[in-house]
Amino acid sequence: MQATSDEALISRIAAGDRLAMQVLFARHHVRVYRFVLRLVGGNATLAEDLISDVFLDVWRQAAKFEARSAASTWLLAIARFKALSALRRKPDEELDEETAEAIEDLSDDPEVTAQKKDKGEILRKCLTALSPEHREIIDLVYYHEKSVEEVASIVGIPEATVKTRMFYARKKLSELLKAAGVDRGWP
Amino acid sequence: MIAIRDKAPEREDIETLLPWHAAGTLSRRDAERVEQALATDAELARRYELVREELAETIHLNETLGAPSARAMQKLFAAIDAESANENRRTSFDFGGWLAGLIEQVSPRTLAWSAAAAGLAIVLQAGLLAGFFVTERGATYQTASYDHTTSTPQGAFALVRFNPEANAADITKFFAAHKATLVEGPQPGGVYRIRVAPTALSQSELAKVVAQMSEDKGVVAFIVPARSQQ
Repeated sequence: MQATSDEALISRIAAGDRLAMQVLFARHHVRVYRFVLRLVGGNATLAEDLISDVFLDVWRQAAKFEARSAASTWLLAIARFKALSALRRKPDEELDEETAEAIEDLSDDPEVTAQKKDKGEILRKCLTALSPEHREIIDLVYYHEKSVEEVASIVGIPEATVKTRMFYARKKLSELLKAAGVDRGWP
Repeated sequence: MIAIRDKAPEREDIETLLPWHAAGTLSRRDAERVEQALATDAELARRYELVREELAETIHLNETLGAPSARAMQKLFAAIDAESANENRRTSFDFGGWLAGLIEQVSPRTLAWSAAAAGLAIVLQAGLLAGFFVTERGATYQTASYDHTTSTPQGAFALVRFNPEANAADITKFFAAHKATLVEGPQPGGVYRIRVAPTALSQSELAKVVAQMSEDKGVVAFIVPARSQQ
């Protein structure tokens, strides 16, 4: 049996169907939560509040959804806007505690770090140490499986900028890896 | 300074597409371009392996982030319920829409702005009606036009369809002349239920009242006695 499409669910939500809202929430809330959690530097309470707000916006705005993009792209665009708005309201020093910790950890002793951790673990640590902008685009492309066009739509930048931003995010990742004792020979 | 600028444009372009190729989100055409380049360029293929590592670890990292607690869903649906409750209070008795529909039904399409003053009388009728529904039925507001669930007011009733040429002033005068009040409508066919007497009438008395009302051809297209209870 084929699952109801996201577009059909959103149409039903526009008509006030609460059950359709529950289905859409169940289908997407974990990924939206993880996207938001990374944007807000790991603040789980804030991320939970934000995803409630994201889906409440869907409830209110469902009639305006035009299905020109995937529902997941629409959700991530709303989530991004909510997360950045929330971050603007927070003091700067609270923004990237997790990133700061990650960078601190990486700067200990690259050789020792490389010895005690496998390459995958170091890579994941470096991913958390990227700037929010770079972290965001890497997550959208690799984890949320968004095309160039979709990333452009979510982030609100031209497609050419999406490609170059991804390139520089990866370049920065390689630099962090090198600093952590993993030289990939690129760039 | 940056390696990407030193390469041939085609290879540079292909390299920027590698992350999307690894994620499987390229168009078929672009995917074929990348595949061809990877098959003939060993350095590009090596870099593609780096991309695949990044992809795998990004997924791993995100999957370890866990999931939100039930609080997120509870908060969402509490907000939705609150909004729905407010919405119901705002719109269950859509007085404006009901009145607009009424005026549209009872007025000729050529209703002039000069008839607007006469419309006040209809507003008064409607206001009385709204008051009736609100006070008689408490907090459970219903759309007056289609409420068949609760007790109807006492009295004698008729079903009337107004003459399309009648304007609001004509209808107001009609109600005043016959001491009638509007109860509900429009029902299918543009029919309104009106109260023609404050107390129940015998069948013959009601027929007589209805006959008198039907004489007002300028306002009434047709009128028939209605049952006291629906």
